[in-house]
Amino acid sequence: MIRLEGISRTYQVGDRPVHALQGIDEVVTAGEHVAIMGASGSGKSTLLNLIGCLDRPTAGRYWLGDREVGLLGDSERTLIRRHRIGFVFQSFHLVARLTAVENVELPMTFGGVGPRERRRRAQEALAAVGLAERADHLPDQLSGGERQRAAIARATVMAPAILLADEPTGNLDTRSGGAILDLLQRLNDGGLTLVVVTHDPSIARRADRVIVLRDGRIVARAAATDVGRVLSEILGAESPGADDPAEDDQ
Amino acid sequence: MTAADLLGFSFCAVVGHRLRTLLSLLGVAIGVGAVVVLTALTEGARTYVSEQFASLGTNLVIVVPGRTETTGIPGLGGTPNDLTLDDAVAVARAVPSIRRVAPIAMGTESVSHGDRTRQVALIGTTPEYRLARQLPLALGDFLPDDAERRGTPVAVLGANLAGELFDRRNPLGEVVRVGGWRMRVIGVLAPQGTKLGVDFDETVFVPVVTAMRMLNRQSLFRILVEVNAHQDLDRAREEIRRIVTLRHGEEDVTVITQDAVLTTFGSILDVLTIGLVAIATISLTVAGLGIMNVMLVSVSERTREIGLLRALGAGRGQVLAAFLAEAVLLSTGGGLLGLALGWMLVRLLVHLYPALPASPPGWAVAAALLVAVAVGVVFGLLPARRATRLDPVSALSGR
Repeated sequence: MIRLEGISRTYQVGDRPVHALQGIDEVVTAGEHVAIMGASGSGKSTLLNLIGCLDRPTAGRYWLGDREVGLLGDSERTLIRRHRIGFVFQSFHLVARLTAVENVELPMTFGGVGPRERRRRAQEALAAVGLAERADHLPDQLSGGERQRAAIARATVMAPAILLADEPTGNLDTRSGGAILDLLQRLNDGGLTLVVVTHDPSIARRADRVIVLRDGRIVARAAATDVGRVLSEILGAESPGADDPAEDDQ
Repeated sequence: MTAADLLGFSFCAVVGHRLRTLLSLLGVAIGVGAVVVLTALTEGARTYVSEQFASLGTNLVIVVPGRTETTGIPGLGGTPNDLTLDDAVAVARAVPSIRRVAPIAMGTESVSHGDRTRQVALIGTTPEYRLARQLPLALGDFLPDDAERRGTPVAVLGANLAGELFDRRNPLGEVVRVGGWRMRVIGVLAPQGTKLGVDFDETVFVPVVTAMRMLNRQSLFRILVEVNAHQDLDRAREEIRRIVTLRHGEEDVTVITQDAVLTTFGSILDVLTIGLVAIATISLTVAGLGIMNVMLVSVSERTREIGLLRALGAGRGQVLAAFLAEAVLLSTGGGLLGLALGWMLVRLLVHLYPALPASPPGWAVAAALLVAVAVGVVFGLLPARRATRLDPVSALSGR
């Protein structure tokens, strides 16, 4: 599903190049559930943005399905985002002036789906995440967990191939966070490829496997069962406080 | 993304910021409202002036002695011939499209009755004058047809003059002194008010021959000619010029149409209108800058939203269209508001000054609205383009 070869991403900060990603090789197969871990500034969000076609690699090649998409132009990447990729963000990113169902309708609006069809599918998507009752509420009338569920409905309403989640439970309490993780798990069980960026080992443990980044490089790969051991080796050993859970890794 | 989707989305965004939206609406509204009110006033003035002219008769040609151009060799010629009653008769005979001809002699005289005296304008003319100028009578008759040129000592008084001299008594048959001449009052005009600077209520009318004797003049002040129809005006003017030139041996009169005078007023008002358009342009440009400012703020406030829309699969064109639609909504809304405000103000003015037939012309309303829409497009373009140029990744994180 996803194949990355020698992916690098360099930012120019002032006159100094910053290597956010260096030589990433990775393959994610369809239906897999992968967690990307790493400290703040390790490049995990940059990697997620590249996979989500929001950003382009400075070097290297990226295939999505059997199409090379890494160096496509803006309008083609827009179409890929619209039809093949769903995003879930830590801060939900719901449009505050639109109701839950209108938020879910947004990607279909851009895709040119008619109003009636749009409303029907949005209601279905909300029902699928257990939010049918709250469809006509504005985001600030919803709890954090409900907002994230609305965001997941929006990310999945176009039936994408991949769901990308960046710290999806970062702004939630443990209980509603757990519910969100269960929901993501259920979507993955239904065949949706799921890539989750997190710094939380307990979340990473739910994935099929874990990729650990540091300074823009993959420093470890592990099956979920091994996460604890790998983390203590790679991260925990050097600086236990390096991962501040409150920090938004951008 | 259909137009309806676009408008719906932008409408939501606009309504979300009430005060800001209201202020930018107001900016455009003031510009458009000003156009509506000011064009209504100019059009009102135009209508007022042409109604004044029309109330003094239509299809009129005026013959004035003397030429406006400088002619002749100094020392030789140059003194114009008199414009005489015979000229008037000749013109009336020779030009077929003429309906009536009224010679006019004019001066100022004191009119007295008993111990009351009043200084008024004296117009010496024929019955044709009243018909050409469309002056209704209140009492008696107008001047007699003095074809034999006897210079009958009769007078017709303006309404105000009659009132001042006779109070409420009937002046018909009474004798007044006009200058040193005793005249019998045979009629009184209905009140007219001042028309184009001539106060007919403060005027005494006498037969033209009488007036020329009183004033001791050989030359007429004017010859007023009414032609049958509007399309005859130009040809009649040329024929009158030709005949008088033939009679005088040189071209020593000026022949103007009343329309020409009206046209002069028209061109003055046109200049006013151009000035108005300039003011409107400035005020709508300022309003446009206001919209641009609001849209730039909107774009920077909604950076994260723009990032989100891009992540959800909105193309650059769709983001551009959304923000442009927002700017156009603001400017069009402002335009409509301005039309409403302007219209109400015009109604109020008409209510306060019923004499002024102020009404905004259709072209001004249409143009103001079109320009308002265009202002939205033009001044919305820069902010909208800025929105499309945002990098989705930085935008999502609010940078």
